[in-house]
Amino acid sequence: MSELYVKIMEIRPEIIMLIGACFCLMVGLHRSAEIRKLTVAVAVLTLVFAGFYNAWQTLDSDHPWTLASFTKMAVCVVGVLLLSFASGLPDKLKMSRDAESHPEKFDPGNVMRGEFYAFFLFSLTGVMLCGGANDLVWLFLALELTSLPTYVMVATGRDNIKANESGIKYFFLGALAAAIFLYGFALIYGATGVTNFDEIRECIAVTGVTPLFTLGIVLSIVGIGFKIAAFPMHFYTADVYEGAPTPVTAFLAFVPKTAGFVSLILVLTLTSKTNFRMSNPEELQVYISLPNTVQAVLWVMAALTMTIGNVMGLMQTNVKRILAYSSVAHSGYMLVGLLGISSCVAGVTSTNGAAGVMFYLIAYALGNMAAFAVLACLERNGDEATDLDDLAGLSARKPMLAALMLLANLSLIGLPPMVGFAGKIYMFSAAVNAGFVGLVIIAVVNSAISAVYYLRIVNACYFKKADASQTELVPTRNRVMVALAGAVLAVYLGLAGNELARITNQATIANLFNGKIVRQVLQDYPEAMGGEQTAWNIEKNNP
Amino acid sequence: MELPFALLLFLVLIPLLSGLLLPLLAGNDAEKIKTFTLGITVINFFMSLLLLVGYDFSNSAEYGLVFNTEWFSSLGLTFSFGVDSISIWLILLTTFLMPIVILGSYSAVTERVREFYIWLLLLEAAMIGVFVSTNVIFFYICFEFTLIPMYFLIGIYGSSDRLKAARVFFLYTFTGSMLTFAGIIYMAWCNVAAGGMWDFGFAALSTAHQNMSDSQQLWVMLAMLAGFAVKVPIFPVHTWLPLAHTEAPTSGSVVLAGVLLKLGTYALIRIAIPMLPKAALAVAPMMGVAAIIGIVYAALICWRQKDIKKLVAYSSVSHLGFCVLGMFAINVQGLSGSVMYMINHGLSTGALFLLIGMVYERYHTREMAQLNGLAKVMPIWASFMVFFAMASVGLPGLNGFVGEFLTLLGSFNSILMGPVYAAVAGTGLIFGAIYILYMVGKVVWGPLKLPEGHDDHASGGASGGHHVTDLNRREIAVLIPLALACLWLGLYPNCMLKTLDAPSQAIVDRVGLEGHEQPLGPMHRHVENPLPTHPAQLTVLDHTPSTDIATAQLPGVHQ
Repeated sequence: MSELYVKIMEIRPEIIMLIGACFCLMVGLHRSAEIRKLTVAVAVLTLVFAGFYNAWQTLDSDHPWTLASFTKMAVCVVGVLLLSFASGLPDKLKMSRDAESHPEKFDPGNVMRGEFYAFFLFSLTGVMLCGGANDLVWLFLALELTSLPTYVMVATGRDNIKANESGIKYFFLGALAAAIFLYGFALIYGATGVTNFDEIRECIAVTGVTPLFTLGIVLSIVGIGFKIAAFPMHFYTADVYEGAPTPVTAFLAFVPKTAGFVSLILVLTLTSKTNFRMSNPEELQVYISLPNTVQAVLWVMAALTMTIGNVMGLMQTNVKRILAYSSVAHSGYMLVGLLGISSCVAGVTSTNGAAGVMFYLIAYALGNMAAFAVLACLERNGDEATDLDDLAGLSARKPMLAALMLLANLSLIGLPPMVGFAGKIYMFSAAVNAGFVGLVIIAVVNSAISAVYYLRIVNACYFKKADASQTELVPTRNRVMVALAGAVLAVYLGLAGNELARITNQATIANLFNGKIVRQVLQDYPEAMGGEQTAWNIEKNNP
Repeated sequence: MELPFALLLFLVLIPLLSGLLLPLLAGNDAEKIKTFTLGITVINFFMSLLLLVGYDFSNSAEYGLVFNTEWFSSLGLTFSFGVDSISIWLILLTTFLMPIVILGSYSAVTERVREFYIWLLLLEAAMIGVFVSTNVIFFYICFEFTLIPMYFLIGIYGSSDRLKAARVFFLYTFTGSMLTFAGIIYMAWCNVAAGGMWDFGFAALSTAHQNMSDSQQLWVMLAMLAGFAVKVPIFPVHTWLPLAHTEAPTSGSVVLAGVLLKLGTYALIRIAIPMLPKAALAVAPMMGVAAIIGIVYAALICWRQKDIKKLVAYSSVSHLGFCVLGMFAINVQGLSGSVMYMINHGLSTGALFLLIGMVYERYHTREMAQLNGLAKVMPIWASFMVFFAMASVGLPGLNGFVGEFLTLLGSFNSILMGPVYAAVAGTGLIFGAIYILYMVGKVVWGPLKLPEGHDDHASGGASGGHHVTDLNRREIAVLIPLALACLWLGLYPNCMLKTLDAPSQAIVDRVGLEGHEQPLGPMHRHVENPLPTHPAQLTVLDHTPSTDIATAQLPGVHQ
């Protein structure tokens, strides 16, 4: 079997997604209006099929979860929710309605439907490809495949001047960021002469971490910081989130962020060093460490990202902007978790910061999606109503929606027993384990600050009297369902997320440790590394 | 009697589920909702009585009815239940107060009735959850969860400035407890660093201090205090309390003063002191000083209050000062007195808030300047008011006295504090008597004066004002159980005290100050053993007036 064949077999879910996306493009431009309306069904079916195929492939082959398969699964599951949130969005555009007003005079140039759902799937495919990347070039292409469709999706609501503005901003800054991390990748290549991850690791094991290599890593981290909206690349967040249609905003808060964090995990594993030591009760521990420079850069980024996000969040009166800055802040918390991979011990789940980040990405996505879905149920004169005052009296008008908004915000605050709290325990335990107690204190203080603006949202829903004049409520069935699913899952995973915690640990552990060293250690100390299960995972995933 | 271990689970789940399912179970009819909620809380009270009847108090230093179930086992989190006698009494206080609160709020809540009772039931579940948990994270979850129902109870049903009060209450306590959260993780990590597993159970964490240096313990203690001291509240961080109390609806105030504040003291007794013994010894004198400042300062503030409710709110700060003083004395008298004080304060202050609520419902004011001589128009109310005021002051024979006496005795005998502490704290009793009697004297006795638009019975409504009636049967039914409980605990405190000895002794043993309670003055002990043998402890303790004594005894600390 050639290497290419193996690779192609691995990315079968992505191939399904691509084929489905192309189908969307065609169905969206079909002559008959009835068939055009089926585009969204094609997209949902594609996602469901890819998800089931991936689950079957993962579970059937008794191959444990890997970063790739976990990312694919997460994207498919959350993607279905995001897609049902976004369904109907292209139909509502004035342009599309005009183009379809007469059955005879169908104007294909102005109907967005095909492109929108196809781009949706393309972007998700990009994230799925990120998870399985084992080469710098692949990683770059996957990241760009994630981002390019989003630039168009942001500008979907072309009737609105803000949407155009945010599309342009997002595109230019995104291109700048891509240039930065591509430069980083180029320097990594320059320092080692190879682009394959395993070969880079081998090369670094021989030469040690050179300054050029470190610079490359740092530039990559900063550039990828754009995808996760982290300092110093966070400036676009509020404007873009505000301008984009709400379903697309929810999409932006999950999809590029996931791609960014998966890529960051992969980039950090290039520099991580696998060590071993005898622990206190005579047992061999395998753990990893990160170079000091990289730690320092991540430390500063994390501290500034969460502080800026939360402080700016305090000053907003528009719910979308509040949630945009909260998205920045959450990236900060996740960077804290990411630092936790330094001194991650094989076999001890709660030291695995990368797993904490993957867990938290799901936790954040659920709460965030529920909040945006409730927000999308409010309209004024056919436009989105997104001010805090527009939420006033929601609990009196629609107690159900208000309750969902409450649950979503509580999860985002990180209040127990919601999943946001479990995620914070996971990440912060890892960070404490890695010795970043100061940073964890900054993070918990920031969580307290964030409570202020989340409570403002809850305040508006529950305590303020409704102005009879203004907003109308249009709770479409799919939006309410998405909000319900997000909130219920946020509670459920908070109470019974142990399996998810276990899977995330299993998924990330193989990437973190250097297979060769682990194999060597295993030969010398067969009983090492916290039990057979973990050792087996690492070996199996590092052929 | 053998109790089923699931009893504790039921105590939490019954209010939780009936709160969540209230719309399904009781519909939208206000009367039905009230009756249903009352029924649920009464059932819960009788179930918790089973604990008192059936629990084997002879071995109450150990947890009974232990029950564990998986949660995030890979992160060391489990749902673990268990009780000892301290928690049993506090559970009883909670389940006893809840039906009273619900019955007491029948006429006060007229809008958004269903939501009100949902929040109250959820609050009860969370509070009981705190008292039954034996895993720090589960404890913390319930501890934090109490914020949400209270936030809504204040924010929706409070008086004019309720939004600010709700926000201040939430943010103040949430900020503190986030630091506590960091401290908890750090404490668990100290176990891991020494080669243990991630485990947040009480049992595992109480060994964590063996792996921590003195300064680490001190930092974690400060993190714990950040959350717990705000909740109590102890002197410099008490400022949220008066606002929250005055703005909260009556039922909210009763629960807040009755149980929620006890979560802070309970957390100190259960987690901060036994799990960080050296740090507890180190901060004890400072905490004593803070408690005393709180006692005296808050009592002086009370004296100057014009609003009755605010007066009682500040008196809570003063009273809980005794509670903190007693527990940081770290001896059996102090600790069991402190627990006793928690229960007593819950009963008497809860009753005072209920009484003030009853007046407010009638006159729509709480200003002392506008309400004078109410004994003439509301004799039944007046007699209850005098009774509970006396209980609150600590009249011997009523409940307040025993706890106050024991905490003072504890601090007097403590090698960490000493007679000076007890003497200064004792002045708090005097001020306490002054402000309560001053208030009672104005509001209950004296010439009759009512707010504009209200008439006394004598004039028979001739000037066109409202008729005001004395307490009705429901209100009397609310107050009678409280009065009986006050009398019972005042006349026969031993039934509670004897059960508290064992757990208090366990805490003292853990902290390692056993056998220091000789009835000798500090000077004697100083002579007996003048040489401090642990320089490390000397440096931690050297700010305190009784440094030499403390260090002289400290070699007893187990390493």
